[in-house]
Amino acid sequence: MTERFISIESIARRYPKPGGGETTIFDNLWFAMNKGEFSCIIGHSGCGKTTVLNVLAGLELPDDGVAVVDGHAIEGPSLDRAVIFQGHALLPWRSVLGNVSFAVSSRWRNWSSDKIRTQAMRFIELVGLKGSELKKPSELSGGMKQRVGIARALSIEPKILLMDEPFSALDALTRGALQDEVRRICIDTGQTACMITHDVDEAIYLADRIVLMTNGPDAMIAEIVENPLPRDRRRIDLHKHPDYYALRNHLIDFLVSRSRSFKEDIPAGYDKRHPPIVRPTAQPSSPGGDDARNAA
Amino acid sequence: MSSNLTLRASVLSFVILALFLVTWHIATRGTAATATMDPEYAKLMGLTATTGKSAMPGPLDVGAKILEHLRSPFYDRGPNDKGIGIQLAYSIGRVLLGYALAVAVAIPVGFVIGMSPLMNRALNPFIQLLKPISPLAWMPLALYTIKDSAISAIFVIFICSLWPMMINTAFGVASVRKEWLNVARTLEVRPLRRAFTVILPAAAPTILTGMRISIGIAWLVIVAAEMLVGGTGIGYFVWNEWNNLSITNVIISILVIGLVGMLLDQALARVAKLVTYPE
Ligand SMILES: Nc1ncnc2c1ncn2[C@@H]1O[C@H](COP(=O)(O)OP(=O)(O)OP(=O)(O)O)[C@@H](O)[C@H]1O
Ligand SMILES: [Mg+2]
Repeated sequence: MTERFISIESIARRYPKPGGGETTIFDNLWFAMNKGEFSCIIGHSGCGKTTVLNVLAGLELPDDGVAVVDGHAIEGPSLDRAVIFQGHALLPWRSVLGNVSFAVSSRWRNWSSDKIRTQAMRFIELVGLKGSELKKPSELSGGMKQRVGIARALSIEPKILLMDEPFSALDALTRGALQDEVRRICIDTGQTACMITHDVDEAIYLADRIVLMTNGPDAMIAEIVENPLPRDRRRIDLHKHPDYYALRNHLIDFLVSRSRSFKEDIPAGYDKRHPPIVRPTAQPSSPGGDDARNAA
Repeated sequence: MSSNLTLRASVLSFVILALFLVTWHIATRGTAATATMDPEYAKLMGLTATTGKSAMPGPLDVGAKILEHLRSPFYDRGPNDKGIGIQLAYSIGRVLLGYALAVAVAIPVGFVIGMSPLMNRALNPFIQLLKPISPLAWMPLALYTIKDSAISAIFVIFICSLWPMMINTAFGVASVRKEWLNVARTLEVRPLRRAFTVILPAAAPTILTGMRISIGIAWLVIVAAEMLVGGTGIGYFVWNEWNNLSITNVIISILVIGLVGMLLDQALARVAKLVTYPE
């Protein structure tokens, strides 16, 4: 699966500065995602992750460059790309079923109400909310609301699932359960997904590839990290895998220091158009060593 | 605990009412001051003063009169003698008609203003200028152009109900949460469907607040308007009874005006409760 399903090509986003002039959030940004792949974007607050996701969603247009999906430049939002919003964004006057049905009936405008209901209920069951379908969002816990958001996004059977820190407001237990569900659903359906996260362990568990963004303004993609862990990994024994610490330390090291220093110390041969692809693995001599980067 | 509070509050309400009625009764009980009155002056003061009774009716007089009205609220004995029920029906009819017209104009226009920053800017000066005008100031113009006093009263109701609804609708529509609009955008919801399924329900509580303010103002204004145009209606009734020096009927009208105003407000409060959503 090397076909480029999503390709971000030289996009830039700028905002006018209050005092005049412009702030460049990012410039000449490139990366690609393959079909059926789960990508995570990691970076510090304010570096422009949401902006990238909004460009992919079609909610914002880049000032330069294009984002291409399946051979077509993104010109606006599309039902092919479902978004799970950070603040769940449920319509509070609609029930769980009403929220999911709203999406289903937008996707298939000529479906009968029975068919819409069946489809909506299928996804409500999938996220484990059967029995709560008539509740209003205000009667749900944070985790349940986020589940409705997931059901709503999946119910329109999108080609791509875009998630903006979907679980960051949840407690660890709920977050874990939802990560399991999202991963199961994505693997079962071969879903292409892109998730923004602040949580290194979340990225290690879910992502096939992790995009590392440096601090803004003028954020860059420092590198793309391939996940060395096996595809059938389980959340509870991630840390038992030999490559786990190599990967984790690599990511933490990036967040702690390299995200800041990368720009001053750009590695030789760095090309914005082809950010280096890195696969951190444990070296036999130094288990858990952090400098195990084999440029691919 | 809360039912206890409700009970105590109602008991207190009754005590206050009873105290008021008793004070009123005592204050309006007969006085013997007429003996010393100059007969010419007593004549001017009319019958009630000369018979040694206060001109101000007491609660018992008013109560008796209310019963009388209740027995035949809808009689009609010519233009100057109609039952209070008929007069009220005229007023309520005018208010509802003018108000309905205002709803039909204010909500769509408010929607457009709320959706379009351009329209908002363009129309804002007009709204700001027209809003503070007392609706009664329109009356001469309305009478001159429409040449029909009944329709002029309806027009005045229309114009006074318009602004709060329009302003609230525009505000409610403009402040719909961006994330809800983004949900609609990512689902490729068409503009008309978005207006009815996202924006309208989201703005409904704010719109209803405006509608409640408007019905309150409309009911305040109808009394004054009917005093001006005359003919029928509760406002005309009050004025007519004042000219007849029937203070009892004036007091009853005041009570009834308050009661109807309260019912109109409560009705809209019910609707507001239906469309309010907890976040
Ligand atoms: N409307 C705007 N006007 C000016 N600047 C903006 C606007 N929207 C975003 N920005 C700037 O763009 C930058 C990137 O914002 P973005 O929301 O993409 O960050 P983020 O990486 O998602 O951060 P976080 O992790 O905190 O969500 C920020 O520095 C922000 O100040
Ligand atoms: Mg963000």
